[in-house]
Amino acid sequence: MELVEAIILAVLAASTPLLIAATGELVTERSGVLNLGVEGMMIVGAACGFAGAWLTGSTFIGALFGIVAGTLVSLIFALMTLGLAVNQVATGLALTILGIGLSGLIGAGFVGERITPAVHLAIPGLTEIPLIGRVLFGEDGFVYFSVALIVGVWWFLHRTRAGLILRACGDNHVSAHALGYPVLRIRTFAVMFGGACAGLAGAYLPLAYTPFFIPGMTAGRGWIALALVVFSSWRPGRLVVGAYLFGAVTILQLHAQGWGVGIPSQFMSALPYLATVIVLVLLSRARTGGSSAPAALGTVFVPDR
Amino acid sequence: MRKSLLALAAGLLLAGSVGATSAADKLKVGFIYLGPIGDLGWTYQHDLARQALVKELGDKIETTYLENVPEGPDAERSIEQLVRAGNKLIFTTSFGYMDPTLKVAKKYPNVHFEHATGYKRNPNMSTYSAKWYQGRYIQGLIAAKMSKSGVLGYIGSFPIPEVVSGINATMLAAQTINPNIKVKIIWANTWFDPGKEADAAKALIDQGADVIMQHTDSPAAMQIASERGKLAFGQDSEMIKFGPKTQLTSILDTWGPYYIERVKAELAGTWKSEDTWGGLDSHMFAMAPYTNMPDDVKKMAEDAQAAITAGKLHPFKCPIIGQDGKPVECKGGDHLDDGQILGMNFYVKGIDDKLPGK
Repeated sequence: MELVEAIILAVLAASTPLLIAATGELVTERSGVLNLGVEGMMIVGAACGFAGAWLTGSTFIGALFGIVAGTLVSLIFALMTLGLAVNQVATGLALTILGIGLSGLIGAGFVGERITPAVHLAIPGLTEIPLIGRVLFGEDGFVYFSVALIVGVWWFLHRTRAGLILRACGDNHVSAHALGYPVLRIRTFAVMFGGACAGLAGAYLPLAYTPFFIPGMTAGRGWIALALVVFSSWRPGRLVVGAYLFGAVTILQLHAQGWGVGIPSQFMSALPYLATVIVLVLLSRARTGGSSAPAALGTVFVPDR
Repeated sequence: MRKSLLALAAGLLLAGSVGATSAADKLKVGFIYLGPIGDLGWTYQHDLARQALVKELGDKIETTYLENVPEGPDAERSIEQLVRAGNKLIFTTSFGYMDPTLKVAKKYPNVHFEHATGYKRNPNMSTYSAKWYQGRYIQGLIAAKMSKSGVLGYIGSFPIPEVVSGINATMLAAQTINPNIKVKIIWANTWFDPGKEADAAKALIDQGADVIMQHTDSPAAMQIASERGKLAFGQDSEMIKFGPKTQLTSILDTWGPYYIERVKAELAGTWKSEDTWGGLDSHMFAMAPYTNMPDDVKKMAEDAQAAITAGKLHPFKCPIIGQDGKPVECKGGDHLDDGQILGMNFYVKGIDDKLPGK
């Protein structure tokens, strides 16, 4: 029983940064912008988040630093792709390279420093319940926030007028423009939201996951977040399933190795990606409930005035 | 034309980024690093050695380093950049630079190369590495003494001979203390991913391991062990900061003396292509202070270290029994020979796991 609880806790911790970053990217992509720079924004968020927490001693301020840093980096992207109509794929890749360098520069002075990790919730009487106590009532703030975030995004995208307009920009920017919606402004906000989420997801790593900063510590999680958005076929509900599935497979493959299950670890490491491919195939063959890929995703829009 | 302009720009950038103070009579020594110098592990230790070199011979040499150079074909360009910038002795500090280094070495016979942990040499290309398994043996002794559950947790990077020989040395030592000791091995399939290393450490602890050892690069596992009140060994560098009450010891890469010796040889004109595989006796690595253990365990560790340094104790002393229960052929007299250790691809008896790919 204790082991099951430990595994669930580890899965939630491993999934949370993926969920937060992917939620942001989902909103960005639903507005029609493909930002491949998630990894770059995350790593800058990690460096600044750590810096913030180290300087002030507060996890909360650290998280805010991460959010602001991610947003600022995403503004570079917005300026290039929306303002100057530069190719989004190339800019996104450049953003990742820039982010990795920038984070190394920002974080150089903090390498080897330690901070107190984010506190976990503790409600007397509830947190001690076996199996579900710590899972439901003993997480750090990021985990609860990530759940609230994805619910909020679902509600925004599918239950509000503003969400409908944002999706309209992603599906057909020409029509949205013709109807008088400020496509570029809406997309800029969507990109900034994606940057803020990526920054927060990056900050989660040094603030709660492994409370120290090392250059390159995101180790490709930004790319997994990007894959998750595709996996989810741009739907918030499926994104939650995907993020926790990715986290679960990652953790379970480690446990399987410890138990001595005779499956090659390399194969198990590749499982989440294999699952993504299979889901993509299934979606492309589905008649109903298939992909919600924004039709204008990744295309440049220059309003004619 | 455009290409050569680009190359020129790249060259200028390179010269600019390293801020070389040009002095024609100084020997230029170049370094290629795999990670950032702030990785607190592998690359960090190489750079500490470079700094020691500068401190010792700074008036006669000038050093340049390129960090974050990926292994593989891309490395060739970076190595060649160092050659073009006038470096006469170049250290390429990761296994994956082996073929690129050889290629560049063949192209520039007048430049000398030093490649870490590889096995391909040339008249102008040496190799150097350390017998870390000696340190792993000492760790195995300590681990078996300190473990209450009798289960050790081992985080491996990739199932290559260097890592496998480390696991075997650990277990051979641990079995001399506790014949029933168990080890749980988790392959992270990466050298560096703090999150994943932390997850692996959590999984090992959740499955009952109470002493964690790692052959990956970040201090994440140490930090998790510290959080959970378990014990752990550091890797490559001093990690006691991340577990003041957790770190038992750490195998420290100390390349400094070797770098100084090789650069001195280069300055004296006596540099030759050699293969150096040094152990505790030649100070290619060192053990961090033995901490968080009772005095008798500390004494045992120090005695073992002294015996290995003096050549009285060999971690792979025959007979070595493989997982199939049969003794392994003993090519080095009373111990396995270097070739067998460098190419180790089997687990010893007592490891209930299957070596990946076997």
